[in-house]
Amino acid sequence: MKKLLFSLLLLASLQTQAQKYFTKTGTTIFNSKSPVEKIEGVNKATACLLDTRTGSIDFIVQIKSFVFEKQLMQEHFNENYLESDKFPKANFKGVITNHTAINFTKDGDYNAEVVGKMTLHGVTKDVKFAGKISVKGGKVIITSSQMLLLQDYKIAVPNAVKDKVSKDVKITVNTTLELMK
Amino acid sequence: MNKLIKPLLIALLSLSAINTFAQDNKDDLEKLLGEDQPKKEYVKNAFKSNRVIQGHSMEMTGKGVLDFRILHRFGEIKGGWREMFGLDQASMRMGFDYGVHKNLTLGIGRSTVNKEVDGYVKYRIVQQSKGAKSFPVSILLISGATMQSLKATSNNYLSDFSNRLGYYHQMIVGRKMGDKFTLQVSPTFVHRNLVATTSDNNNMVAIGIGARAKLTNRMALILDTYPIVYGAREAYNYFPLSLGVDIETGGHVFQLHITNSKGMNEKAFIGETTQNWGKGQIQIGFNLSRVFTIVKNTEGSW
Repeated sequence: MKKLLFSLLLLASLQTQAQKYFTKTGTTIFNSKSPVEKIEGVNKATACLLDTRTGSIDFIVQIKSFVFEKQLMQEHFNENYLESDKFPKANFKGVITNHTAINFTKDGDYNAEVVGKMTLHGVTKDVKFAGKISVKGGKVIITSSQMLLLQDYKIAVPNAVKDKVSKDVKITVNTTLELMK
Repeated sequence: MNKLIKPLLIALLSLSAINTFAQDNKDDLEKLLGEDQPKKEYVKNAFKSNRVIQGHSMEMTGKGVLDFRILHRFGEIKGGWREMFGLDQASMRMGFDYGVHKNLTLGIGRSTVNKEVDGYVKYRIVQQSKGAKSFPVSILLISGATMQSLKATSNNYLSDFSNRLGYYHQMIVGRKMGDKFTLQVSPTFVHRNLVATTSDNNNMVAIGIGARAKLTNRMALILDTYPIVYGAREAYNYFPLSLGVDIETGGHVFQLHITNSKGMNEKAFIGETTQNWGKGQIQIGFNLSRVFTIVKNTEGSW
C-alpha cells in the first residue's frame, strides 16, 4: 500500500515535469501596406509559452513595446488606433491541432496549424493560424504570418487617412523558445 | 524510528508533489512575465504639441524629431465683412523646434510682428509617471531670448544693439489627469531691455495656465492664458487669453483658436498684448505643426 502511494506520488511529480518552452524576447511585426509610406512596428518583447505535451500555446504582446521608425507613427498607433492605455496588451491562447505529429526532441521542420482565441484592442475572436515550427538544437522556432482585418477588432481608421491606411494589416511572428527548467 | 520516518517521507514527498502542481499553475504565461508587479510608466501626450496655443506646453519634441511650425494671427474679427473678419491682415511666425534629447528641445523662430527672431532652450527636469516610483507631475524649465531686426534709423534707439533684446524664463508644472484632461501652470518672467515709455516696466511676471480637454482621439479643446501679476501698465497691457481646438490629421496638428494677442513668442504675448477681450478685440489664429523624423526612433515602451 505504502509502496503504491509512494510510486503514485512519484509519478505525479514526474508528470508535472512537462515539456514547456518559453521566451519573452520573441519578435512580432505589425505591417500595414500603404502607398504613401512604410507603416511598420517591431515588437521584440513578445512572450510565448508552449506546452509540447498538450500542444497548448500562448502569446502575450505588449502594445507599447512596438517600435516605429517615426515617433509620430508610434504615437498614433498607441494613442489613436490600438488605444494602448485602455488595452495594453494583445494575447493569443490556443492549441496546436497537430502537435502529436511534431517530434519536439528531434531537429526538423513541421507545418503547424493553430486554433484559439485572439484578443486585440479589447476584442476577442476565434482564429486559426497556419505556421511553421522548427526544432533545432533543443530550441523550438515558431514563425507565422497572418492578415488581420482592422474592423474585426474595432480599430477605426478615420476618413481623412482612409486612402493611406489599408484595411488589413499583416502580423508576423518569429519566436525562438527555449526549454524551461 | 522506522515507523516515524516512513510517514515523514511520504508527507515530504506529497508536499513536493503538491509543490510541483503549484509550480505547474505558475507556468501560466502572465505569471511567468511577472505582470502582477507594477512598472514605472511615463505619462505621454499630455498635449498634442509642444505649445498649448501661444506658450510652451509640458510636452517635448521627440528625440531626433524636427517640428516645423507656422503660426498665423489675423486681424480683429470685429472689422466685419469689409475686412473679411480680419483675414485680410495676417502676421505670422515661422519656427523650427528640434528634439536633441527626449528631455531637451531647442527652438528658433521669426515673427513678422516687430521683425523679431526668438530662440529658446527647453529642458524637462522630471516627467510625470505612473506605476512603481511614480511622479505626479512634469516639471520643465525654459529660457529664451528675442531680438528685433528692424532697421535702425538715426533717431531711434535700435542703434544700440542691446535695445533690441528681450528675455524670458519660465517654469512649467503640469499634470495629465486621467485620459482626457491636462492642466499646467507656468510662472514666467519677462525682461525687456527697451520699453516704449517710462510708465512701462522692463520686468514683468505672469502666471500662465494651460489646459486641454480631449473630445475624441483626434480633437481637443484647449485654453492658454497668462494673467500678468507684476509689471503691467494700467489700461495698456492686457493679459493674453486664447481658446481653441486641436485637430490632428495624420502628420499635422492644427490649432485653430481665437485670441487677443498678436505676439507669438513669450516676450511679445506677455509684454505687448494691448488688445482687450472685454472690448471684443480678438482675432482668429491658427498654428500648424508638421513633424519630420531626422533620426530614426529606436525607443519602445511608448
